[in-house]
Amino acid sequence: MSEIQVQSPGLLTTVQDLGREGFGPLGVSPSGAADPISLRLGNRLVGNPQGSAALEMTLLGGTFSFPQGAILALTGSDFGPTLDGAPLDQFTAVEVTPGQTLRVGSTRSGARCYLCVRGGIIVKPFLGSASTHLLSGLGGYHGRALRKGDTLQIGPAVNSFQKKTITARASEQLTPRKVLRVTPGPQSDWFSKSSLQAFYAGTYRVTEESNRMGLRLEGKPVVPESGGEMITEGVSIGAVQITAGGLPIILFVEQQTTGGYAKIANVISADLHSLGQLRPRDEIRFEQVDWETARALFREQEKLLASEDLLSE
Amino acid sequence: MLKSAADTTRFQRASDQSLLIYFGQQITLDAHDRVRKLLRLLEMEPIAGVRNLHPAYHSVLVKFDPLQRHHDELEDILRRYIGRIENVSLPEPRDVEVPVCYGGEYGPDLNDVGAIHGMSPEQVIALHSSSIYLVYFLGFVPGFAYLGGLPEALVTPRLATPRRRVPAGSVGIAGNQSGVYPVATPGGWRLLGRTPIAIFRPDRDELSLLSIGDRVRFTPISPAQFASLERA
Repeated sequence: MSEIQVQSPGLLTTVQDLGREGFGPLGVSPSGAADPISLRLGNRLVGNPQGSAALEMTLLGGTFSFPQGAILALTGSDFGPTLDGAPLDQFTAVEVTPGQTLRVGSTRSGARCYLCVRGGIIVKPFLGSASTHLLSGLGGYHGRALRKGDTLQIGPAVNSFQKKTITARASEQLTPRKVLRVTPGPQSDWFSKSSLQAFYAGTYRVTEESNRMGLRLEGKPVVPESGGEMITEGVSIGAVQITAGGLPIILFVEQQTTGGYAKIANVISADLHSLGQLRPRDEIRFEQVDWETARALFREQEKLLASEDLLSE
Repeated sequence: MLKSAADTTRFQRASDQSLLIYFGQQITLDAHDRVRKLLRLLEMEPIAGVRNLHPAYHSVLVKFDPLQRHHDELEDILRRYIGRIENVSLPEPRDVEVPVCYGGEYGPDLNDVGAIHGMSPEQVIALHSSSIYLVYFLGFVPGFAYLGGLPEALVTPRLATPRRRVPAGSVGIAGNQSGVYPVATPGGWRLLGRTPIAIFRPDRDELSLLSIGDRVRFTPISPAQFASLERA
């Protein structure tokens, strides 16, 4: 079996796929790639099923070698990768020969870069998924981020494969956004008109305390009129909850499954991947759309991801 | 006359891929019963396109595939399910005993909780371990059970500043709730003690020690018993 050897892991590198749905009744959130679109694209480029497990790197990538060689693709943000010192294109499949070293640098754009290998990464699945749930130490590679000296198994290739790249049109349409489109949250009517106006007019900054559980924002506080005390209830990915101090937290892939803060808004499905590319100190805004628009945008995005226009030779 | 489930049920869109169902407006045993029955019915007769369920005290969040389902259509289907939940039978509740070493390094807030209520630490322990708690639901993190049934005299607000790290197994109280932290997480509950037994067990078929609807009793143990159970 082919392997990946981790010579240096980077800042925070984990095994991720598209997560595990269906275990909310146990308090287990899906986890999975923070930018699932980049993971899916990378898998498509190397001829894998789109949900195959890959490596998710955060802000600073790792250094890897492939004793048996590999076909790989790097997607997501530009991390300035090199192969034996020579610059390497992202968003295209690359053949690596035994003994070559892939070095993934630090980000030049967003928060995350994905390393997909033909055949996918094989780990023992937990609840049907390879994704790492860092907070609870479950799934992925021994439930943790990669360390120097780790060896990962590459699975057998299943589909036929032709070298392709992503089309310019698809690339543009799938670019992560800094203006996040939202629908009203289940408690949006707890906020006064002026609070809602302030929320939608304001610029919020992503803080250093953000992680895969949630993105903590700073900016103009908004406080629910009733004080916001509520009975703990189920929460959705992308929920913008307003904490006691009036600052928002956007719940993310390793989210808590239930919570007791009022939700003012919820990021639409089509923009969830953008959250995975936000870095600390990035400035974002919220823009409200209606339910029909949210649905249409997601349908269009999925149509593009399934279409022939996505990749070209 | 008792209202039927349908009368007091409210639907609320939570996101473009989820719908909240509320049974009434308060934490009641009746609402809890409906949450459990709806979960059970959805387990037995899954709805195509429903991807996940997040139960809570008086609500269930239903996550769905927005390519397959629309809020209104799903609401219609769920209303029909809810119309049938009175006929759903639930398994007999299980009784689960959780050994707890109270105070000391395991329960750093025991003395403060006593001071707040004018009680000795021993009185707090006696009260906390005298009650039978109901698992309303599992949520927050894997295997975290929200327990109702905290004696009135122990109702205490959360810590003003949450701890950055609460050790796994910690037994805490917050408001009128009690709970056990399955994994180390940040948390604002007041910690009375710790259990040496695993709460979430990824290597077992039954992942969570506690299940929705279980009845839980905390049994005080000594530090020596804690150590020997921890080794077991």
